[in-house]
Amino acid sequence: MAAPLLLAAALSLTTDTFLTSGNLVNVLDQAVVIGLLACGLTLCITCGMFDLSVSAVLAVSAIVAVETTRAAGVPAGYAAAVATGALMGTVTGLVTVASRVHSFIATLALSIVYRGLAVILTGGAIVYPHADQLDSFAELASPTVLADVTAPSLLLLGVAAVCWLLQSRTTLGRSIYAIGGNPEAARLSGVRTGAVRVITFALSGTCAGTAGLVMATRSGSAQANTGTLLELTAIAAVIIGGTSILGGEGTIWRTLIGVLLLGLISNGFNLLGWNPTYKQAVEGLLILAAVTLDQFLRARGGTRGSTA
Amino acid sequence: MHVALDRIGKSYGGTPVLDEVSLSLPAGRVHGLVGENGAGKSTLARVLCGAVRADRGRVLVDGREIRIRTPRDALGAGIVLVTQEGAVVPALSVLDNVLLGTGGGRYGVRDGAAEKRRYGELAARAGWEVPYADGARGAHGEGPYGVGAHGMRADPAPDPGARVGDLPFPARQRVEFLRALAHDARLVVLDEPTAALAEADAARLLATVRRLAADSGIAFVLVSHRLDEVVATCDTITVLRDGRRVTTVPAAGTTPRELLRDMVGTPVAALYPEPAPVREDAPVVLAVRGLSRGRTVRDVGLEVRAGEIVGLAGLAGSGRTETLRAVFGADRRDGGEVTVAGRRVTGVAGAMALGAGLIPASRAEEGLVLVRSTAENLALASLADRRRLGFVRREEERRTTGATAERLDIRGAGPDRPAWTLSGGNQQKSLFGKWLIRRPRLLLADEPTRGVDVAARAQIHELLAELAAEGVAVLVASSDVEEVLGLAHRVLVMREGRVAGEFARGTAGAGDVLALAGLR
Repeated sequence: MAAPLLLAAALSLTTDTFLTSGNLVNVLDQAVVIGLLACGLTLCITCGMFDLSVSAVLAVSAIVAVETTRAAGVPAGYAAAVATGALMGTVTGLVTVASRVHSFIATLALSIVYRGLAVILTGGAIVYPHADQLDSFAELASPTVLADVTAPSLLLLGVAAVCWLLQSRTTLGRSIYAIGGNPEAARLSGVRTGAVRVITFALSGTCAGTAGLVMATRSGSAQANTGTLLELTAIAAVIIGGTSILGGEGTIWRTLIGVLLLGLISNGFNLLGWNPTYKQAVEGLLILAAVTLDQFLRARGGTRGSTA
Repeated sequence: MHVALDRIGKSYGGTPVLDEVSLSLPAGRVHGLVGENGAGKSTLARVLCGAVRADRGRVLVDGREIRIRTPRDALGAGIVLVTQEGAVVPALSVLDNVLLGTGGGRYGVRDGAAEKRRYGELAARAGWEVPYADGARGAHGEGPYGVGAHGMRADPAPDPGARVGDLPFPARQRVEFLRALAHDARLVVLDEPTAALAEADAARLLATVRRLAADSGIAFVLVSHRLDEVVATCDTITVLRDGRRVTTVPAAGTTPRELLRDMVGTPVAALYPEPAPVREDAPVVLAVRGLSRGRTVRDVGLEVRAGEIVGLAGLAGSGRTETLRAVFGADRRDGGEVTVAGRRVTGVAGAMALGAGLIPASRAEEGLVLVRSTAENLALASLADRRRLGFVRREEERRTTGATAERLDIRGAGPDRPAWTLSGGNQQKSLFGKWLIRRPRLLLADEPTRGVDVAARAQIHELLAELAAEGVAVLVASSDVEEVLGLAHRVLVMREGRVAGEFARGTAGAGDVLALAGLR
């Protein structure tokens, strides 16, 4: 966890603007979509599964939010987006568990199906709410609630808090960790592994649907390629946070730190006025450096495995 | 080649696990390494093979110091590790595994005929026959353990074309042996090579070790918990305790009991607790009729009454493990009926609801979630008993797991530390603890003391006797025939998936059981 602190310290020293409340609020606000996806992915990855379909679920949910708003008004649109995410996550879970195909492959295939569904829903066009609905549709994205902190930021913190409670305090959370750590041991201890996996995917889908809603309200529109490849950024954030890709270990608050680190990297580029041409390359290298550092620090704390 | 270890030291986080250990390993000799779990013998073996780096001390080959920092360095010096589980590539053929990493071929292109010849040579050095290599020896038997042309039992090498993943344990180990020979090993380190083997396979393996030491001049280090086999196989034996060398003695002048005394530091009392007699009116808890699963379990019938310990003995592959798993509902059954307390069992959830629990054969693969804490592992099978609106009642959980850890004397860095930090014995006790919390009516224990130190082994034996005395029905399977005989009221002997016969307590010795199990 040293990397984000180092980066934050460096930025506070080298820029005048980093350590202002306006900028920090900004970093958090920009991290919301990735953050929501990463919350759901943390649950999946600690359960020993990947969900590569989240950005496609995000796109479909965003489209459903717009279309439902057009048909039935803004509140229905908001609810429909979240419900769509939950439903699609459940389908992902059922297909993955029933087919017994590795989740990496199954969700990769489903993500293509879902993108296709998004194209079918929109006919390839950009969709908008009715002109008179635009203001109220964007309501979620605009207001600042607490000391300039935006509503989406609070939404992210709320979702993260729920996920944290789930992980650390509920029997479902225990089962998720157990399945991720050793599925056979969990099964032989009476954990209903199939059901837990489906629920985990459903939660991931719900997070993705919420992220889709945030995105749609921000842009006041939705289209089939909304959020393409965001799942990879979100997975990067989860891994930077120190969640084991082998499953069984990892917590939400660490994921949030990973999300913020990614936010800080791009924020730092802007503040320092560096040439954005190099941004992606530097981002990738910093991810690698952060994970390597984390792994090194852990290895010194004691290695995993092996009984004497 | 003469390898010597000079004052090797190793610490983990300030705790010394090896303290100035010196050994001398001359060519053609077998050196036994014994000690309780945590005594440092596995660590020492790993230092020798480059899997663990020593903090202090030197490794000398023929008087010259060499640096062993990686397994590759060790291989370069002719030092090879053969493990208990088999470090093989399951998806590759036997031949590919044996020749893995030896290069060979011209310009990187493989020469099939030459490789087959090489395989034959290696097998011959080990004293094994190659079954139907090129089909030329097809007359020699029906399979890896077929009967030779002269009616003698051939000692076969694995079929070079077979996929290693399809081979049973003992054959995989032979693959590792042949690979060691292919690498021209001068010193082979065997870490618990027989822990997972039935007696017959263990005896064959150790005969091969003796043969290779005598004929090829290879030096061996044998790390094992089975003291009788160490005494029978080795030339010299070193006892480790708490990371220190206690003594090094010629095997000819010692006995398992003396070794045990040196290992524990105090004299050992009776080995197995006498089980309390089963009450006349004790009800039948587990009834199994006509249980079948593929070729591994065939028409098995048995009963276990409350307070009774029934043992399942048999050679490797006789169906002990598969029977226990099928009874618990962990694997699908092809036929038959299992009832617990008169109710039919289907699936794990059903078995658990009726009060059954399974201690699986491999705690790392099927038993514990090693990355999670000891407390979480203890709580895992009884989560639903402490659930309120989906939340864990944490106070009650802490009390329950704490009390269980205390009853079982589980010692480690703390209940919130991952289970992998526990020693083998404490891990195994945690596995029992998971079920004890549920107050089981029936406990199915597979290999209850595999890879466990002497003290924990005795504690687990006591525990099984105690549970039975409290009225729990216990069905225990083990590859260690003595253990089954020592623990159980009755022993069922399995052979090729069937129950071949039964002995009441005290009416049979290990020889009788093994004869019935099909050992020749």
